[in-house]
Formats: sequence, C-alpha cells, structure tokens
Amino acid sequence: MSGARSFIEKWRGLLGVGVASAVAYRGEFLVWILTTNLPLIMMALWTTVAAEGPVGRFGQRGFVAYFLGALLVRFLSGSWVVWQLTWDIREGGLGPRLLKPMHPFAYYAGENLAQIPLRLLVSVPLVLALVVGVGPAALGHDYRQWLLLPVLLLGAWLVLYTAMLVVASLALFVDSALAVWELWMAVGYVLSGYLMPFELLPAPLRRVAWWLPWRVTLALPLETLLGLCSVRESLAGLALQLVWVTVFGAAALALWRRGMRRFAAFGG
Amino acid sequence: MRRFIQKYYALLKVQLSTSATQAAQYRVEFLMGVALSAFWTLSAVAPLWILFQQRSTVAGWRRDEALVVVAFFTMLKGFIAAFLEPSVNNTVEHLRKGTLDFLLLKPADAGFLVSTTRLAPWKGTDIVGGLGLLLVALRGLGRWPAPTAWLAMLAVLAAAVAMLHALWIMVVALAFVTVKVDNLTYLLGSLYDAARWPASVWRGPMAFLFSWVLPLAVMTTDPALAVLGRLQPVEALRAVTLAAAMSALSRAVWLRSITRYTSAGG
Repeated sequence: MSGARSFIEKWRGLLGVGVASAVAYRGEFLVWILTTNLPLIMMALWTTVAAEGPVGRFGQRGFVAYFLGALLVRFLSGSWVVWQLTWDIREGGLGPRLLKPMHPFAYYAGENLAQIPLRLLVSVPLVLALVVGVGPAALGHDYRQWLLLPVLLLGAWLVLYTAMLVVASLALFVDSALAVWELWMAVGYVLSGYLMPFELLPAPLRRVAWWLPWRVTLALPLETLLGLCSVRESLAGLALQLVWVTVFGAAALALWRRGMRRFAAFGG
Repeated sequence: MRRFIQKYYALLKVQLSTSATQAAQYRVEFLMGVALSAFWTLSAVAPLWILFQQRSTVAGWRRDEALVVVAFFTMLKGFIAAFLEPSVNNTVEHLRKGTLDFLLLKPADAGFLVSTTRLAPWKGTDIVGGLGLLLVALRGLGRWPAPTAWLAMLAVLAAAVAMLHALWIMVVALAFVTVKVDNLTYLLGSLYDAARWPASVWRGPMAFLFSWVLPLAVMTTDPALAVLGRLQPVEALRAVTLAAAMSALSRAVWLRSITRYTSAGG
C-alpha cells in the first residue's frame, strides 16, 4: 500500500518539477516550435502543385490540412530525449540522475509528460487554423476515430520516445550515437509522411514502409485526425505501435543495463 | 594593400591548419558525415522525384531544372555546415566562457578572426554532394551551360555566400545581447530549408519575405537560373546589390556590438 503511495508521490513530484522546468525554459520551447517549419515549407510546394490540379485525393485544401495536421501531431507527440540523454551521458549530468530513486527513463518521460499543458497551448492556433481556415470538412467525422486519436498520439510519442532511448543508450558505448539518430530522422522524413502524404509514396515502398516504425509516429495519427483512413486501419496501426514500443522498450532496457555496467560517471 | 592581403591570407592558412589538426581526431565523424549527407540529399530529392512522376512542370520548372536548385541548396548547406556554423558556435562558446577577450586582443581584425575561428571543411561533404547533383541534373537536361552562364553563376553564388555570411555574423552580434544563441543558429539553419525549392513556389507575403528580407530564395534560385541561362541581368544585379547591402549592414551591426562589449568580467 505504501509502495503505491510513494509511487504516486514520486510521480507527483516529478511532474511538478517537469512543469516548472517547462515554464522556465519556455524560450527554448518556443524556438523548438519555430524550428519545426519543414511542414510549412512542404505545404508551399505541394499547394503550388495542387493549384494546377489535385494530386491523388489531395487538392490545395487537402494539402493545407495535411501539413497543418502534421505540425499538430509533431507538437503533441515530439520528444527530444535523445539529445538530452546523450548530452547528460557525455557531460556528466547523468551521475546525479542515477542517484534519484527512479529509473532515468522514467525521469525523462515525466519531464516530457509535464510539457503536455504547454504543448496543448501551442496546438490551439493550429486547431483553429484547421477548423476555421480549412473548414471542419477537412477533419474526420467518425467519433470512434476521435476517441482513438489521443491513444494513437500517446502511442506515437511512446514509439518515438523508446526509439530515442535505444539510440541514446548507444551513447554509453560509442561517441556518435546522435549520428545514428540523424539517420533515423533522414529516413523518417520520407517514410513517416512528413515531406508528403504517406499514400503518395510509390506503391512498393509504401508496402514496406507500412510496417516500419516511422509511419505509426506521424502518418497514422494524422490520417486518423483527418479521417483519411478507416477505423480498422487506425486499430491495426495501434496494434503495430504496441509491437514497436515493446521491441524498442525491451532493446533500450537491455542496452541500458549492459551500458550501466561499464559506465563510470565522468569525474568519478 | 598587398601586405594587408598577404597577412590575412597567412592568417587564414593558420586558422585552417589548426582546425585541420583538431579535425584529425574526428575521422569516424567524417565517414559518418559522408553517409549522413547522402541520406539527407536523398530525402531532399525524394519529394521532387515523386512529384515529377505525376507532373511534367511545377511552377514553371521541369524536373531537372528543379534539381539544379536542390543542387545549389545542398552545396550552400555544406558551406554553412563547414564554414559558418563551427565559427559561430565557437564564438558563442568564447562569449559564454569569457575567453573572447583573448581573441579580441590579437592584432588582427576581430570580425575576420571570429569568421574563421573554426573551419571544418570535412563537414562540407554536402558541397561535393551538391556538385554531384548538379552534374546529374545537367546530364538530364542534356545541354552544357555556356561559359558566360558559368560566370554569371559564380557571381550570384558569391553573392549568396556573402549574404549567408552576413546573416550568421548578425547572429553572432546578437549573441552579445543574449547568450543563448545556439538556438538561434539552429533556427536560422531550419529557415534555410525554405531555399530548397525554386523561388516561384512562394506566393504573396512569403515571396516578399524570401526574396527581400531573408533572401533565401535568391540564394539558390539565382545560381540555378544562371546555369540554365535564364538569369536576367537585373536579377543578377539585384542579388549582388543585396549581398553588398547585407554585408555592410552586418559589418555595422558587428562593429557596434563589439564596441559595446564589456567582456565577461566587466
């Protein structure tokens, strides 16, 4: 019983600290928002294309809705734990973290979750732009998908977060873990539906990419939001998210455990 | 004048060789950089490739013509990574630690020293990648530009380099006011992504922003137009004038902030 209480207390403290630090570093947060501008750049390209006639089922409005939605999903489910953790490992910030009565993975997760209020706040203008600017017709109409959306967003965050943990844990062994993450991003830009709607990928590539982890971190919640896929497809995506979270989560824990054995805190 | 040039040429060589010594420690990083730049170039080309399977022209550009723009985008990206970002980051680091004073005390122009304090040519793999893309695009177009076209291209490309340098120097000047500038260079770098498409993709206020205020579109589209033999003399003149104006402005901003600098201990 007291175990449960101390668990709740720990997490309450953690979230409190997280919210405070999110507010303290709101400038950084804002810069992150501003640097996430690639969807807008892609929007300019694709709407210009669509001005001469629709591409697949996307007209100009369709592309505006798609890339606004992409921004929204990115803001709500993004994470930068891979930079934090590799930095902490290299610069010695990990030492004090290890002293806390909590697994570092949980610590960083708490920090991420504490940003939810701030993330919702920056999403408001995007939602307004979607509903008022593009029109409610651009959004999905099935209430079941609306219920699924928060779950899929959480899943998207978890897939991204655990994948980041795997890569960051590599930093315990090699210096260039961040380059691995860049590789993930470069591939992911194409395969997640970030640069163009996922369904516009050439069919053979799409069939493979459907199973890969990138689609479920962006295109899946996005297509659910815009009603571009069926409820069945959303559910299938959720199952795939679970698979990837399990794979990445297990890999991260295993790597971390091995890495901890050889980790000697800097300066120690 | 000749002695002046000789002195700064010698200085540049020294700065480069110190940077190279430091770089020799990062051989694996270099190889990773080559692999990464290949992947990033592919991811920049992927949307165009998919796009031009459906259309023959976009905003007046054919596939291989748009590819020329991406080629210059990639080259300049390599230039930023190799010659601008390392120096700026190093200067900001100096500012934070208070060691900028040592640099200011040296008997050479501080603006020059700051611009060359750390050069990382091995990070410029994108420059080679961009040249490769240019060759692919020119082969696709099936015609080789005339010598005058190359000359015009060099002129506007030099203007683009000057504009980028001016922008980054202004960011450094800003570091004197607020120390948290690594974020700002990151922001500038991400804004540069807007230069990857031909300028005619941008409309309305964005077209104005990217051709006059933050002339990113000019930087990559003008050299491409020059290679394609479609650059109007007026446009070339505009690019060069803009570059001169921006360089003058950044020099003024730099001198102003350096005279107001009271050093970390002051």
